[in-house]
Amino acid sequence: MLNHYLVLAVKVLLRRKFFTFISLFGIGFTLLVLTVVTAMFDHTFGPDATEPRQDRTLYVDRAVMYGPRSTWSSNAGFKLLDQYARNLPGVERLSIYEGNRTVHSYINGKKIASSLKRTDDEFWKILEFTFLEGGPYGTQEVAEARFVAVINATTRRRFFDGRPSVGQTLEADGQRFRVIGVVEDVSELRTPPYAEIWVPYTTSKTDAYKKEIMGDWSAMALAKDKAAMASIHEEFNSRLLRVELPDPKHYEAIVAPFETKLESFARFVPTSDRKDPESQVWKLVGLLAGLGLLFVLIPTVNLVNINISRIMERASEIGVRKAFGAPARTLVGQFLVENILLTIVGGVAGFVGSILALRVISQSGIATYARFTLNPRVFAYGMAMAVLFGLISGVYPAWRMSRLNPVDALKGGASR
Amino acid sequence: MIQLQGIEKVYRTDRIETVALADVNIRIGEGEFISIMGPSGCGKSTLLNLMGLLDAPTRGSVQINGSPIATYRDREVAAIRNKEIGFVFQVFHLISDLSVLDNVQIPLLYRRMSNAQRRTLAEAALDRVGLSARIHHFPSQLSGGQQQRVAIARAIVGRPRILLADEPTGNLDSQMGDEVMGILKTLSHEDKTTIVMVTHDQQKADQTERIVRLFDGRQVN
Repeated sequence: MLNHYLVLAVKVLLRRKFFTFISLFGIGFTLLVLTVVTAMFDHTFGPDATEPRQDRTLYVDRAVMYGPRSTWSSNAGFKLLDQYARNLPGVERLSIYEGNRTVHSYINGKKIASSLKRTDDEFWKILEFTFLEGGPYGTQEVAEARFVAVINATTRRRFFDGRPSVGQTLEADGQRFRVIGVVEDVSELRTPPYAEIWVPYTTSKTDAYKKEIMGDWSAMALAKDKAAMASIHEEFNSRLLRVELPDPKHYEAIVAPFETKLESFARFVPTSDRKDPESQVWKLVGLLAGLGLLFVLIPTVNLVNINISRIMERASEIGVRKAFGAPARTLVGQFLVENILLTIVGGVAGFVGSILALRVISQSGIATYARFTLNPRVFAYGMAMAVLFGLISGVYPAWRMSRLNPVDALKGGASR
Repeated sequence: MIQLQGIEKVYRTDRIETVALADVNIRIGEGEFISIMGPSGCGKSTLLNLMGLLDAPTRGSVQINGSPIATYRDREVAAIRNKEIGFVFQVFHLISDLSVLDNVQIPLLYRRMSNAQRRTLAEAALDRVGLSARIHHFPSQLSGGQQQRVAIARAIVGRPRILLADEPTGNLDSQMGDEVMGILKTLSHEDKTTIVMVTHDQQKADQTERIVRLFDGRQVN
């Protein structure tokens, strides 16, 4: 019976090629956008080779210091993290690192801009980079403020024409560093790993950062296990209540919670409350779900309308099938098979389009070193969306069809 | 085989009420070949629809093999239609996207059997109506008479005991109409199929065993 339905489904689709094309285009384009967005989201927040332990890592990025009439929002300061984030129960490793800054170098009269990040040695133990040469700096290099650097493959190509560069000297931001390691390029969308040059934070030009509660620093804490994450979050929040705030006349509290990457990102959503130390991720999820739903609703409603008119065109066929004893459930199933076939074809078209679109986006340089791909997980999400789409847009028309009186259907679909 | 008692069918809209059938009582025995005649709008097709369980009466009872249909659920009525009743329509109602063979198999799709069994039965039905050579053709490639023969094959493929034909020769010329009547008479004589045929054609009606006449929704004989 399934063969019969599939053969008929294909023939029905070919009967009105233009409308089928419109439907397929709507489905394919919708799924293309959703799949591309999902792939980009997955690339940014999903599992990655450089962050294999992301599922038990918490981050402090943004801090908000506020008072009755003043609010100061920036990244956390080094002092805040150094003094209050160390030795939290449940933390296996803690890394403190500065936000990326663009630095300039001059090679043969040519100005080169690079993204430089200052980190501690724990940075290299929590994350996992693929070293092409050498290795990272360790505790001693950081303690002794040695001017050593790890660079990425692109920087090696820019500065040293791609030749082996461990031991070579590189000048950036007016300072000279000895290259001790070269790593594969990391996508700009992966924070915290991303940079082009990594150096010990102790090589900063001044020590002013050591006194700052608010600044340009971040921390990541690798929890001993997932169960410890909640207590790390709570303990740090309780320590923040005891922070000696600068300018207590204007500021009375500070919020800088340890959170997952997604929770941290959620604080950028306009409707989130940055003064609330608790997770705002539900607002982000709600916003994304709402936008996604709205985006999918338009082609779904369109497909529902097309399906209803297509059913009315086939009223005679429905009447015949009912006359010969087709149960309502079977007819609904037939129609859903046809609709799911249509959405799967549209899904495949959207999938192929997504691959091309992601290739174009990757090559556009919109995010440095980002290579967006469709992995099996994203593909599975995409096809699941296509099937769900087919079910949702087919259920109501199929129900309408099953309610058609056979006599009226045989007359052409007029219902009493 | 088929018994209608005190049948009344009324169609109501917001503004008007139409009595399509009133006080109709008919009993049709197994193997009978009867026709229903009357002027246009007298309720012939409505009566056929009620016999075929495609519609329900406003009042009265319909019994198939002694079972009152009113107590049955939709699913059970659909199963009875599938197993016991075949339909032949004036405008054939073949599905244009399907081949002749696939059209004839439609009633069998709603029975538990293998694809091979369906195909065998469909080919046998087409053989009975003389269309074995056309099984892979599409309806648009057939003449009117051939299309009606395909429709008859579809109606009998499941070996129903009742065949309801609504103006089966209405869209055919006299020669094709005679061919179709021949097939129906063969089914009646050889298979003892109970056949109820709606027709305007007195000559065709005279070839049946009994004529039920309707006028303005009422029996006149």
